[in-house]
Amino acid sequence: MNIKSQKDFFSGLLFMCTGVAFAWGASDYTIGNGARMGPGYFPLVLGILLAVLGAMLTFKALVVETMDGDPIGRLAWKPLFFIIAANLVFGALLGGLAPIKLPAMGLVAAIYALTFIASLAGDAFKFKEILVLASVLALVSYLAFILLLKLPFLVWPAFITA
Amino acid sequence: MDLIANLSLGFGVAFTAQNLMYAFVGCLLGTLIGVLPGIGPLATIAMLLPATYALPPVAALIMLAGIYYGAQYGGSTTAILVNLPGESSSVVTVIDGYQMARQGRAGPALAAAGLGSFFAGCVGTLILAAFAAPLTELAFKFGPAEYFSLMILGLIGAVVLASGSLLKAVGMIVLGLLLGMVGTDVNSGVARFTFDTPELTDGIGFIVIAMGVFGYGEIISNLSKHESERQVFTAKVSGLMPTKEDFKNMLPAVLRGTTLGSILGILPGGGAVMAAFAAYTLEKRTRLRPGEVPFGKGNIRGVAAPESANNAGAQTSFIPLLTLGIPPNAVMALMVGAMTIHNIQPGPQVMTSNPELFWGLIASMWIGNAMLVVLNLPLIGIWIKLLSVPYRWLFPAIVLFCAVGVYSTNNNTFDIWMVGLFGMVGYLFHKLGMEPAPLLLGFILGPMMEEYLRRALLLSRGDWSVFLTRPLSAGLLAAALVLLVLVLMPSVKSKREEAFIED
Repeated sequence: MNIKSQKDFFSGLLFMCTGVAFAWGASDYTIGNGARMGPGYFPLVLGILLAVLGAMLTFKALVVETMDGDPIGRLAWKPLFFIIAANLVFGALLGGLAPIKLPAMGLVAAIYALTFIASLAGDAFKFKEILVLASVLALVSYLAFILLLKLPFLVWPAFITA
Repeated sequence: MDLIANLSLGFGVAFTAQNLMYAFVGCLLGTLIGVLPGIGPLATIAMLLPATYALPPVAALIMLAGIYYGAQYGGSTTAILVNLPGESSSVVTVIDGYQMARQGRAGPALAAAGLGSFFAGCVGTLILAAFAAPLTELAFKFGPAEYFSLMILGLIGAVVLASGSLLKAVGMIVLGLLLGMVGTDVNSGVARFTFDTPELTDGIGFIVIAMGVFGYGEIISNLSKHESERQVFTAKVSGLMPTKEDFKNMLPAVLRGTTLGSILGILPGGGAVMAAFAAYTLEKRTRLRPGEVPFGKGNIRGVAAPESANNAGAQTSFIPLLTLGIPPNAVMALMVGAMTIHNIQPGPQVMTSNPELFWGLIASMWIGNAMLVVLNLPLIGIWIKLLSVPYRWLFPAIVLFCAVGVYSTNNNTFDIWMVGLFGMVGYLFHKLGMEPAPLLLGFILGPMMEEYLRRALLLSRGDWSVFLTRPLSAGLLAAALVLLVLVLMPSVKSKREEAFIED
């Protein structure tokens, strides 16, 4: 059997799995009845509904012809990896990461790290340019978030200020 | 005259130096992000939401509202000048607007978009002011059954008007509703789907989902395109004023666009994007006057109508939010978030308990619209310059503002891990052609829906027929059914697909 629409096929699978997972999880909670709904009632109904919708979508993707097969295409691993990594490193530097004993390094260090890692996701990587960009962003963030909005951020590494 | 008394109260609030400033900042930011392709009002409002903690509630809402309708103005500038929709609601403006620019008529096109938007904004604000009070009274007649049915109608509306596959859109809504279930159940106190993570007992942060899916997801998919596809091109702008002939063509198109936009904005699931599509389709179906340029070749009506419609729709979509407390689209869902941050429960009681907020917001919209015309027409040159900022400088900044915004809501790095997760999910959605906006709407409505369903069935002792025996509720459900049948009818179905393929 051929998949007629790749996008719909995998969307359907995704819906089915999530629906079943939620319904299964909901069955751990009290279900109750219509008049006295337990915490599991609504998620159970929705989970089943989502699974059914997913099954319909998958079925449709196997049966209904499309023009070009709706290919998903290649995943853009590079931007995906670097954008998410930039985000995670930012969090780790800003707040510290207890499991690996990384102390909180503060906003400025986090901004430089984020800008450099995120820039790796782009087509061209020019060191000097990104250094300038990171400095500008750090300055603007300091002015906007710390001075103007007074957000309670750690600006410099904890072991220096403490 | 209640209306006049109310409006003067509103203008009194809006005309303070502070609120005028925030309206201006909102409009400016809105135009800015509207001009820049790839950042929408949704992501921007999500980013700025945490920053509004420190502001008084009126100022915060005025600013956020300014961003929303400012983006409708800015989006048209990019659409006309560089053949790129700066905003999803200007997708159809691209078709005729860019053709006009290529013929050296960018000025009249921009003016038509600006003036049309201004007119539509004024009308939309008036409608909002006039209909808010009676609708609020109606809202007090609503019981839990009515609210539940209304939400069903809203969600069906969102599906019907979403682009692409119907089945997928329904699936996204249900997925959103389920994500809304994560966290502590208000009735039993049971922590649901939290995997024993204390940070999840309050539920998944709304900002986390919005930023992850819309912010990061969008950046990643933008970056996956080759640079040439993102290329922007600046055309020469000369002469602003439309000719007399242009005005003659424009006027009826603006009127039609405004009417259509106002209606679609009020309907749940509507809002600016759909209004623009519908208005363009309508214009295409009206007959061309002798000597008029055909559509797709630079017809000024093809710019004026959708631009008026999206602005009118942006204004009137505040009606369901302010009167019933139900967000008709994803941006309004964010406004619910903004209101709850400031301890304002959106709903019919806002008008009586916070009249200065309610009318101040409405009045500020008119002021904002006036500011936008002033801002947009003379500043077009600057906006064009801004478009030449390379994307490689832009996206690290966006990533940074997303991350800071997410962190600052709870001062907790857990939210940063979550937004990373949702960024990946967002990219997956993009790859699979699943539209995230219905998901966000479902996420907001999920807990509310469950609560109203519970209350309604508790009152009826488990009898489901309560939704059909109460006339208001039955009417709303009937409307939802009609909507659904309408889209499923073959003739409408093909037209709907046609309307979305045109971009």
